[in-house]
Parts: sequence; C-alpha cells; structure tokens
Amino acid sequence: MSTFFRESWIVFNRQLRMNLRNPAWVIIGMLQPVLYLLLFGPLLEPVIAQLGGNKYTWFVPGMLVQLGIFGAFFAGFSLIGEWREGVIEAERVTPAHRSALLFGRLYRDLLQLFVQAVILIGLGLILGMDASFGGIVLGVVLTLMLGGACAAASNALALTTKSEDVMAPVINVVMMPVLLLSGILLPMSFGAGWLERLSDFMPIKHIVDAVRASFFGDYDSSLLWGVGWTVVLFGLAVWWGTSVFKKENA
Amino acid sequence: MIEARGLVQTFHTGQGKQKREVPAVRGVDLDVAEGEVVGFLGPNGAGKTTTLRMLTTLLRPTAGTARVAGYDVATQAVDVRRSIGYCSQVGSTFSGAYAGDEVVDHGMLYGMSKKAAVTKGQELFDKLQLEGLWRRMPKNMSGGQKRRLDIAMALIHSPGLVFLDEPTTGLDPQARINLWQHIADLRTKDGATVFLTTHYLDEADALADRIVIIDKGEIVASDTADNLKAAVAGDLVDLEVGTDEQVAVTRDKLGSISVEVEVEGRHVRGRVARAGKAVPGLLRDLDNAGVSLESIEVVRPTLDDVFLTLTGRSLRDAEAAAEAKEASTDAGADDATTPEGASA
Repeated sequence: MSTFFRESWIVFNRQLRMNLRNPAWVIIGMLQPVLYLLLFGPLLEPVIAQLGGNKYTWFVPGMLVQLGIFGAFFAGFSLIGEWREGVIEAERVTPAHRSALLFGRLYRDLLQLFVQAVILIGLGLILGMDASFGGIVLGVVLTLMLGGACAAASNALALTTKSEDVMAPVINVVMMPVLLLSGILLPMSFGAGWLERLSDFMPIKHIVDAVRASFFGDYDSSLLWGVGWTVVLFGLAVWWGTSVFKKENA
Repeated sequence: MIEARGLVQTFHTGQGKQKREVPAVRGVDLDVAEGEVVGFLGPNGAGKTTTLRMLTTLLRPTAGTARVAGYDVATQAVDVRRSIGYCSQVGSTFSGAYAGDEVVDHGMLYGMSKKAAVTKGQELFDKLQLEGLWRRMPKNMSGGQKRRLDIAMALIHSPGLVFLDEPTTGLDPQARINLWQHIADLRTKDGATVFLTTHYLDEADALADRIVIIDKGEIVASDTADNLKAAVAGDLVDLEVGTDEQVAVTRDKLGSISVEVEVEGRHVRGRVARAGKAVPGLLRDLDNAGVSLESIEVVRPTLDDVFLTLTGRSLRDAEAAAEAKEASTDAGADDATTPEGASA
C-alpha cells in the first residue's frame, strides 16, 4: 500500500509541476469560481429570492457541484496529450501500480477543485452565505468525491477515445442533461412536473440536493441519497479508470 | 534473456457482422542470449512492434508464452517491467516538462530514491551528450537530442535488457549515426542486452550481432547478417571477358559454382555462396582455360537482397513507404499492424 501512495505521489508531483508551469491553468482555475459567483449570482437573484433566505446559501452549493463536474470532466484532455507523446506507455512499462498512475492525476484534479472550493466558499461567506462549518466540510467532501469520479471517468474516456475530437462532443452530450436536470442553477421544482420527475433519475441531482442540505444543516434523507450516489459514482469511475489504465493498448 | 514460444497476437476489428479477426503475430519463437544485440527487422505492419509490446508486457499475448529476463510476461509482468528498459518509437517524455525532471520521476517510479535518480540521470546525460539540457523542455530539443533523452529514460534504472523500438526513425543521417554509437555503447560499455526493432537495413547491419526478420507476423529468418547474406542471397560475381569466344567457357566455369548464371554481352554474372573462398579457384580454372578477364567485380549482397529472396518484397520499398507515411501523418503509438480501433 505504501508503494501505491509513493507512486501516486510521484505522479501527482509531476502533474502539479507541469500544471503550475502553465499560467493559464493557474489563472483560469482561480478566476473560474469568482466569475461563477459574481456573474451567475446577480442573474439568478430574482428567481432564488422566491425561496427565501440568503441567495448565496442556495447558490454556492450548486456552483460547488458545477465546479466539481465541469472542471474535472475536462481533465482527460491533458491525458490525451500525454498519451500522444508516449508518456502513458512509458509509465505503463514501469512496475508502478496502474491505479497509482490514475490516482496521481486525480490528486492534482482534486487539489485544484479544493482550492477553487475554498475561494468560492470564502467569497460566498463574504457575500453573506449562511452555513455551518460542519455542513461546509461535508459539502466539500461530497464535491471532491464527485469531482474525483468525474476526473476518473474523464481519464478513462480519454484513454478509450484517444481523440479530443471524439471526447469533446461526448462530454457535451453528457453535460447538457446533467446541467438541466440536476438543479445546479435553478431548483427543479420551478420546472414542469414531468421534468422534476425525470430529474429524480439523475444521480447528480441527488448529490446537488445533498450538498445543499449539508450547507443548510438539513441532515435528512436527501443527504443520505446524495452520499450514497456519490460513493457509488466514485467507486464506479475509479474502477473504470483503473481498468482502462490496466488494459492492453491503452 | 528472451525466450518466446508460439507467441500469437490477434486483434479484433469492426462491429457486429463486420467484426473480424486480424492476426498480427502468428506464432513467433524467439531466443535472445545475454549480452546479445538483436535487430528485429521487418517492414511496417510486419508485426515488429506488436511482438515487442508483448515482450514488454504492454500487450497480453493471445496465445503462446514468453519469458523475459527470467520472468513470464503474463504472470510475472511486474518483475519483467523491473528488469527491462523500453524506448518507444513515439517517445516517452512530455514536451512541456523539464528533461531532468522527466528522467528523475521515471527513475522514482522504478523505486529509486530521488537522490539516486538525480545522480544516475546526470551520469546518463553526460554519457548521452545531453550536457546542459537538464532544464530544457523536449519541445525545445532537436530530434536527436529527444531520442537520446528517451534512451536515458529507458536506462535510468540500469536495466540488463533494453528494448528500442525504431530508435532512429525520423532522424537525419548524422543524428542516426551518432545514436548508433550510443546504442553500440549499451552493450560494450554497459553490458546490456539490446533488442532493437527497425526497418532500416543499414541500422540492423551496423548494430546487430544477429538479425531476426519478421514478415506478415512470422519469423522468416534468424542469423548473423553475414550468414543470412551468404545462405540466402550469396555474393554476386561479375566477370567481364576479353573476347566473345570466351563467354561460353566462362559461363560453364561460373555455372559450376553458381546455380544461376546470366550473360550480358561480355559480362557473365552469377551468385556464389562465400565468393571470398570460391573466386580464387574460379580464377585459376579460367586462367587454365585461357580466358583473359578484362574486369572482375564481387558485390556483397545487402539485407534487402536477403529480404527480397525470403519474402518476395523489397524492404527498401517498405522503408520508403514508411518514411512517406511518416511525413504525411503524425507519428502514432500503435503499430501499423494494429488496425485502427482494434482491440486485443
């Protein structure tokens, strides 16, 4: 096990070093949560006002999940570049655990997500968000697990398709219903009845509800559903990602 | 160091009713002794890279067995990986990372401490003429420097067996010859066993103790370059006689040591196994028969002659086709035998 952590740490360090050398990655990563909050917040203010309470207490958890999904789902694009340059094959011919090659990259994605979450929540608190410390921690943990699942799935997709041209439309096709049916921006109760019922089949919707519930301090069944779905998605995505790294021809 | 028996690799391509099996390697037997430099020769699509990927544990054989450095590639893959170095044809470093960092990280994935990896890496940089490039990114290096960096990556953990997959493809002639010296040093200075795939005839001829030729997924020959040339093609002896009357007797004398003799004007030509031994006797016979020679030329066969004899195809054509393909498309990691979208 210690070998696994050592190997994944080596991969993480390498990835982080390369990303930090890219100013676009650093600047966009920092600006993304600020832009989300400052631009989307005022836009949705009149709608969210109907729900009562501070709008940022409702809005920040949704943005957090959106960051977790969107940022992480694009992680695979850099992996295609590495594959094309022979880096993945060079790593796969070392004795390192296949899962360590994946997890090293996930640590990098999760670190980025964590920093973004801290910025987002810090800004939210400044703007009047009302949430308990425990609720925030739980919400961030759920978001990190969801982000890890999305990053693992993105890496698996990248090594399966090996093409940005294929991967981009696939991500768009997946993202569109997720964004619409998960209630990230607006509550599903605002939409038609059939749309709300349809959203019940969308796992991300339950995770968004759970993160919101944790911020609101509502430790009810929606939190349990969200935690359950997060664990399931994380497990499935890590299994998929690891098996693709193990697979011949990857 | 390598012992393969009946290695088979079959890819599946297409979907549904269009699905079909594409055999890339069809029962390869291979033996490589410790300290040997083996050139694995064949045109693109012959199965070189697929065989190499099976031997380096990157691809599980569909059938057959292989032991590399004493370990089974299917059941002891991690031990195989610890024992070998691998230089892929597409490279092994990220273009936007520092060369030194890449080598050190790679060494650490083999379990080396950072200090040991830095020391060994710097030693390799000196040896491979990469001095001063530790903090340079591969995207800012020449083709030859990048390939030497790939070799440094493959050698960072001091493996006893090194696999080099088309190491000089795409390099200019000067960089190729420079790299040859480094590859030769792997055996002479580091004592490593080298398994080298190439579609360059001169490269195999210059570097390898033994040449293994693969075509259409099957080994068609395995011997030293000299033995292959002598056994398969033979030396071409071209005799030019002084008068037309001397052509017939010269043809008969040459015909006694050559299977097939051609006559063109006053030139009589034939392939002779080991001309160095046969020609002095031939010359004595011709002299005794009163034949006066205007000129005599002995042309050593090339590996292309060997390849042509064995497969009916010229390797030079394949070489030219590979270079044309390389010029028109980006280099990909998959072997040409691997159909696009195929899975093992």
